[in-house]
Amino acid sequence: MSKKISTREAYGRALVELGHQDERVVVLDADLSKSTKTEYFAREFPHRFFNMGIAEQSLMGTAAGLALGGKIPFASTFAVFATGRAFDQVRNSIAYPRLNVKIAATHAGITVGEDGASHQSVEDLALMRAVPNMIVLVPADAVEARQAVFAAAKYEGPVYLRLGRMNVPVIYGDDYRFEIGRAHWLKKGRDVTIIACGVMVALALEASRDLEGEGLSVGVLNMSTLKPIDKEAVLAAAQESKALVTAEEHSIIGGLGSAVAEILAEENPKPLKRVGIPDTFGESGSPDELMLKYGLTAGDIKKAVREVLLQK
Amino acid sequence: MEGSLDLELIEFLQEKARLIRRDIITMIGKAGSGHPGGSLSGVEIVTALYFHLMRVDPQNPDWPDRDRFILSKGHAAPLLYAALARRGYFPPEELLTLRKLGSRLQGHPDCKSLPGVEMSTGSLGQGLAVANGLALAARLDGRDFRIYVLLGDGELQEGMVWEAAMAASHYKLDRITAFVDHNHLQIDGRVEEIMSPEPLPDKFRAFGWEVLAIDGHDFRQIIQAVHHAWETKGRPTVIIAETVKGKGVSFMEDQVGWHGVAPKPEEVERALAELDVRQP
Repeated sequence: MSKKISTREAYGRALVELGHQDERVVVLDADLSKSTKTEYFAREFPHRFFNMGIAEQSLMGTAAGLALGGKIPFASTFAVFATGRAFDQVRNSIAYPRLNVKIAATHAGITVGEDGASHQSVEDLALMRAVPNMIVLVPADAVEARQAVFAAAKYEGPVYLRLGRMNVPVIYGDDYRFEIGRAHWLKKGRDVTIIACGVMVALALEASRDLEGEGLSVGVLNMSTLKPIDKEAVLAAAQESKALVTAEEHSIIGGLGSAVAEILAEENPKPLKRVGIPDTFGESGSPDELMLKYGLTAGDIKKAVREVLLQK
Repeated sequence: MEGSLDLELIEFLQEKARLIRRDIITMIGKAGSGHPGGSLSGVEIVTALYFHLMRVDPQNPDWPDRDRFILSKGHAAPLLYAALARRGYFPPEELLTLRKLGSRLQGHPDCKSLPGVEMSTGSLGQGLAVANGLALAARLDGRDFRIYVLLGDGELQEGMVWEAAMAASHYKLDRITAFVDHNHLQIDGRVEEIMSPEPLPDKFRAFGWEVLAIDGHDFRQIIQAVHHAWETKGRPTVIIAETVKGKGVSFMEDQVGWHGVAPKPEEVERALAELDVRQP
């Protein structure tokens, strides 16, 4: 757990690897290639990289056209622009015709940090989850991000890949196998299962370890595919634990917490606490400061676990 | 060929255009909703493309080297469907299923349901960027197909059109030919009064395009303009086609009210009677 690397960095490197394996892979960016790390691919395969300028609608539409032409386009920009600025293009030109476009959005959530609310996507998962035909992936670390890139390329159809700016602990070894639609059990727990995604998975592990010291059995389930969500895993968690906690770097509206709540409400009502950004925009600050202020620390997860057990 | 297009070809295209106009009126009348005005204004452009200019094979709609047509102004779906049916992509009888539950002929084109439809469109402004992507893919693969896009003049108010216009020129996509169906009307009134896109030729020229202005109902001019586009290297071509909304049906011509209203049965009959005698 000592090594830290951002999922965007893993994405950038994986693209180069993928580019060598599959000629159909092309990459588009909207003037953020240094930040999204598509610059690595651009350097290696200049003729297969298209900078569309600061024009996200054109970015998504052009990616759709490249997919129609038999390519596997990865379109990158910040999550807030990919899903907000170009929502209609993603919906109508990519998802509706079910084109083989991979939307790899970096700088998701509030860990964007100092840039502030205009650049912090708190609602991208809610938006993408509601779009028919869209696969939504939220890798937890660099190993999973790399594999998610390969899995997305292999899958035929639109994929939203949510990536982060901040360096995060590497939790998986090279023997890990990511699969679209399958959650990964990091740990089983009799008292509470924390279902987490993205940067919150490492924090959930930390919370789980601490709580074990208090005599609680707390599981951690990495829900790296938000859609289609691994319903069986959610129900298994509900079966094995007394209560559940979700943890996501996203608004508590419409993301992982909502998806889990929907399943529980219909199939197996259980006490649930959602850790996430309350219904609010972010602000400027360091990622750590923001995680603290908006309730996204291991401490917040621990608090939620203790509280949800009281409901039981 | 230029200037001496034979009469036989023109008469052949005029007859196809007449049939397509009949189909448009009939299918929208039957559907009880749809967009006749902007379908009728683009008839000669789409007819010239599908029946003379484009390299397509209706028996093999997925042929990788086919030319592509993207109807960016997706509400003119009846025009596209009629052209595809008359060109042999599917039986013309199916036109009567337009807008009905379960039909392949969706209110706006759905490329997943109907062979020959290259791209799902309807939300305006998106077709040109898709054409750009196709052109880039073709260039990577060394394929020489051409991509034609039909834009509405009202549609040019969408900012995305200009993002894509910039990109087409930046990447020197000379396989792209865009038509502007310049019928001067949009839902709320005259385009120039709602939000003027003029001066159109200057705008496109400033974006690096080859610009031609023609009468969009004159087959000779359409064909010559496209031939000019074929000869143009290093930049995309836009053909600004002066058209009449509702063209070919006297009571629909240049009437804003016929943008998105279906003709009643007696109006269908009147329109078809006109189309049977009158050369548009």
